[in-house]
Amino acid sequence: MQQEAVLHPASIIAELKKNKVTHVVWLPDSETNFMYQQLTEDPEVDLVPVCREGETMAIAAGLWVGGKRPVCLIQNTGIFESGDSIRGLGLDVNNPLVMLVGYRGWDRHGVARDSAARFIEHILHAWGITYYLVETDDDANRISMAMEEADRTSKPVAVLVGTEFGA
Amino acid sequence: MAIENLDAVRLLDEHRHDAIILTTMSANNVHHGLPSVSKNEHLDFPMGGAMGKASSLGLGLALAQPDRKVMVVDGDGSLLMNLGSLVTVGNKAPENLYHFVFENGVYAITGGQPVPGSGDTNFAGMAREAGYASVYEIDNTEDLATSLDGILEQKGPTLICLKIVPVIENTPVQFRDRPSRTTQIAMKDLQGALAD
Repeated sequence: MQQEAVLHPASIIAELKKNKVTHVVWLPDSETNFMYQQLTEDPEVDLVPVCREGETMAIAAGLWVGGKRPVCLIQNTGIFESGDSIRGLGLDVNNPLVMLVGYRGWDRHGVARDSAARFIEHILHAWGITYYLVETDDDANRISMAMEEADRTSKPVAVLVGTEFGA
Repeated sequence: MAIENLDAVRLLDEHRHDAIILTTMSANNVHHGLPSVSKNEHLDFPMGGAMGKASSLGLGLALAQPDRKVMVVDGDGSLLMNLGSLVTVGNKAPENLYHFVFENGVYAITGGQPVPGSGDTNFAGMAREAGYASVYEIDNTEDLATSLDGILEQKGPTLICLKIVPVIENTPVQFRDRPSRTTQIAMKDLQGALAD
């Protein structure tokens, strides 16, 4: 039986607009794939597709220096690939970058068997990157909290998306 | 034939007008890179950290500043770390992005070891097939000097592969002269210049 969707793309996109996000730099994943259609059709947010996740932080850094407000949208596996970009163009340069991260393998009610889930929070802790968990529409306002924290601290902040989007 | 590193950056600076120039690796060297000749330091972006990501950073700048030209000065070893970015750039196709590649065939700052495919890799060909609007290969100073204005008048994205004489560094890193500005400071300076 299919689970009822508890997190809708519209909730995420509304948060992005509320925070005047101009660009979503992303590589699709199973947790966030349902946003694609809405993002491509939305004239207020420019979608920047990449070939590998480490590009996202660098493109976002360029957008930020140029006066825009980007976010990255990738999977936790992509965070593992992106270490040097997060270090060099996020942490080292005080970039207030919010990274929306699909939390592959996350299971609130069981044991996380996927190493992508087991390692991600440890990696974020190691870098000193704080994070918020979003699982339902009711959690979506944590994106605003992450935006506020990134601006206040001038540091990257992550938002872990712990469920697959409903259509 | 090949172009001296210092001659190349001097020509890029002379022909830039109000373009942002983002440099990495050899193009960023304090003795023979852009910082040693630039007359427009407030619009320079000497990039350190995040190896290979100059093209991606430049794409972000170009998308954010569509009315200003952005010149990325990449290395061949650097671009090899981020070849997918050619497709990412080709897909977004910013008309104001000019992607220079200093092809010296080696990892100059680590002692001169050859990059994979040194001399055999066709960066211009890859960029063309990835969707760049124009590509060029230039191997001498005179051609670079006479063609730069025309190249920069065309709509990008454009890749310009320059054959460069390598300047090999063997001095231990801790004894090398450091840039006068960190990447973080240079970023703040550029943000300020673009906001004015």
